[in-house]
Amino acid sequence: MSAREDVQRSYADPYLAGVALGLVLLASFVIAGRGLGASGAFATAAATTVRSVAPRVASTNSFLASHLDAGGLLRDWLVVEILGVMIGAWCSAALAGRLGVRVERGPHAGVSPRLWAAGAGGAVMGAGAVLARGCTSGQALTGGALLSVGAWLFIAAAFGAAYVVAYLTRGSWT
Amino acid sequence: MTAPLPLDVAGGTTPSLVVALGVGVAFGWCLERAGLGSAPKLMGQFTLRDMTVLKVMFSAIVTAMLGLFWLSWLGVVDLSRVAVPPTFIGPQIVGGVVFGAGMALAGLCPGTSCVAAATGRLDGLTVAAGFFAGVLVTGLAVPAMADFYESGTRGAFALPAALGVTQGTVTFVVVAGALTAFALSGRVERAMAARAARVRP
Repeated sequence: MSAREDVQRSYADPYLAGVALGLVLLASFVIAGRGLGASGAFATAAATTVRSVAPRVASTNSFLASHLDAGGLLRDWLVVEILGVMIGAWCSAALAGRLGVRVERGPHAGVSPRLWAAGAGGAVMGAGAVLARGCTSGQALTGGALLSVGAWLFIAAAFGAAYVVAYLTRGSWT
Repeated sequence: MTAPLPLDVAGGTTPSLVVALGVGVAFGWCLERAGLGSAPKLMGQFTLRDMTVLKVMFSAIVTAMLGLFWLSWLGVVDLSRVAVPPTFIGPQIVGGVVFGAGMALAGLCPGTSCVAAATGRLDGLTVAAGFFAGVLVTGLAVPAMADFYESGTRGAFALPAALGVTQGTVTFVVVAGALTAFALSGRVERAMAARAARVRP
């Protein structure tokens, strides 16, 4: 057995992890009356950044202004939730021996091209998340479980486009 | 008293933030345990080698959907007080296409990029930085594309209302669809593994 298989084996069963994730989402609905999110935390951070440089721009832009309601970065529900995500991920990886400073990439991609694709892909995702009002957490998981029409359109569009781009760039991942 | 609790989430009250932190820790734990903080693992979904993303996402959606369905049927949860993300038809289809293309380039989504970054993965940190820049620049451009950004608005718009069927019917179809996808994903993984063994013995 290769080392690669060994690492993959140590991850949890995907169905078990998925049911656990579903129970976390359900607990969020039941306790807080809202689901999970990720892009909203970035939007609040971006809006707070703009406000510190150009307050008038932040207050007159409907998108940025709508992400400044909670009164401060650490009073925002999604910012605190994402800090929790990072703490939970760190604890899980530490206990599983998976912490490590490195660049994860496909077998045929160099470090530099991988980081350029990561930055560019992240920026493109940012544009998509602003238009769609959310990402895989706030739209796909949360809206999907709530049977939102927009969320299921987002899931179909995002997965469809990801398959096309992954096919075009398959040389770097397989 | 029925759930959800009156925590004033939008107001950023301390009890609501304690819940946010706890929910976040559990969310991050689940994503890391599933292996979704690793870009090559996540990309296995889109090269059909490893269908973990589909298995995790759809079992999570089905679990939360059924839990909410039963808890509301039992009168424990008042569904009218659970925030449904609003639907904007055109922007969410176009946004989904742009988002999906970016995700396949990045190898991670926004939430999993935070998991990757927190566990030391520099590619995850770079995805998160790029995502922040993309949200900031596009956010600044929203007034310039306000007509499209606000188009196709339907508010909280659920599939049962859109399709004119009961919530039970949609719930049944989603569960059946997920179980079919789970069965097919095992077949796809085995077929791709067999093909890879032929190509690279």
